[in-house]
Amino acid sequence: MTPAAAAPVPTLVERFERGLDAPICLTWELTYACNLACVHCLSSSGRRDPDELSTAQCKAVIDELQCMQVFYVNIGGGEPTVRRDFWELLEYATARGVGVKFSTNGSRIDRAVAESLATSDYVDVQISLDGATAEVNDRVRGAGSFDTAIGAMRNLHEAGFEDFKVSVVVTRENVGQLDAFKAIADRYGAQLRITRLRPSGRGADVWDELHPTQAQQRRLYDWLVANGENVLTGDSFFHLSALGGPLPGLNLCGAGRVVCLIDPVGDVYACPFAIHDEFLAGNVLGDGGFSSVWRESDLFRELRESQSPGACSSCDFYDSCRGGCMAAKFFTGLPMDGPDPECVLGNADEALAARKAVPPRSPVDHSRLRIVNGVETPNPMPIELPKVEHVPDRACDENPLAGFWNGARKVSG
Amino acid sequence: MPFDPALPWTLDPQVAIRPESFGGLAYHFGTRRLSFLKSPALRDLVLSLADHPSAEDAIEAEGIPASERRQYESALGTLAETGMITARTTNTEAMVAA
Repeated sequence: MTPAAAAPVPTLVERFERGLDAPICLTWELTYACNLACVHCLSSSGRRDPDELSTAQCKAVIDELQCMQVFYVNIGGGEPTVRRDFWELLEYATARGVGVKFSTNGSRIDRAVAESLATSDYVDVQISLDGATAEVNDRVRGAGSFDTAIGAMRNLHEAGFEDFKVSVVVTRENVGQLDAFKAIADRYGAQLRITRLRPSGRGADVWDELHPTQAQQRRLYDWLVANGENVLTGDSFFHLSALGGPLPGLNLCGAGRVVCLIDPVGDVYACPFAIHDEFLAGNVLGDGGFSSVWRESDLFRELRESQSPGACSSCDFYDSCRGGCMAAKFFTGLPMDGPDPECVLGNADEALAARKAVPPRSPVDHSRLRIVNGVETPNPMPIELPKVEHVPDRACDENPLAGFWNGARKVSG
Repeated sequence: MPFDPALPWTLDPQVAIRPESFGGLAYHFGTRRLSFLKSPALRDLVLSLADHPSAEDAIEAEGIPASERRQYESALGTLAETGMITARTTNTEAMVAA
């Protein structure tokens, strides 16, 4: 985001805090179905939900977005391209002037798809990659997923698709690879986007092991100061502002103010990291549709009022970090009016150590199930993944997870 | 191209403007760049550029006080640099209207 003239003035930030007539940046998860099972999946995706919006319902949402002049929508999932009507919906949106940036693991971006995508100004593609090497990436995203993502990037690049996005969730394991990620993006004519690991969805299971350490946060901050102008971050890292000056990007929590999430069944949440009843504002199928949820829901109105700094009120840096990320606090069991669990001044350390209750978990979980002792059990992948060489089951089998579930089958059988 | 207020300008055809209480948002579908138009007057000015033989005339017609002209020209300059507005090579609309 670049202001038209000079840096954004504080009054503009204040306006954002009070909310806009329509979101600037709307995330729409089209399906909970996914052919991967990433350990940190923020939406606990895996299986399709039987109540996912139909094609006609999706088109009605797009009509509404057109009326509200939402310039573009970030479509994700799950893996959105596994929906049979994905390309139809993509065409429907772009024909109505609603741009689409969709996030994908790259498994469906073959040469023909890449060539067709390259012809539209209204489509942007974001390839997820969580390691600059197969070793680091595949431990989080599953065996073969690195090669799949790189293959998709090569196809887009060769098709002449410029400036697609390579999207990285920064973890303890990949934070040392930022330059390498940048080099990968540069090699394929893409732009690097980095975001923050949230303890949302299955992310809660791995957050303790994977979120960057304090020392790594400092290095991340320095890297962003040096490289941030050419790297997209959205509103990911404003909690780092207490380490120095504000970073490029949006330095406030946009939840319910300039961003929100529509989930596959049409539920509207304050942000993509907040799939929980606590942050549920309404459903697009309700009276008045999405626009009335955005403009009139009690939750969003509340989020647009000034928030209490609570335990952060005595902190000199409150004005720059604003208490950090709401979802990160909630899913680590911290009070909403206190420091972010990754507070760079360490102000949350005591509260984290003193927690008595188990942090809240999202009741929305579409992780694939496995049978353990005759009982269906959610199946997030363990972080200690077996390091096996990827050998396709069949010559034509391109599923990046081919063979991956052998371990689970053994358990069940 | 560098911004010259004496020339005719127009909103780039790939740019959409959304009015907001503070002014507006401008989004360029080609560069995927988002810009903030920080006052309703700037938004109206940008939208009216195509109707005037020059940016200066558009500023005049919008009733921008002389003391603020430089500020508005500078904002238009930034929008020109980022491709949000482009110079019209011929004044087609005016010719058609005539």
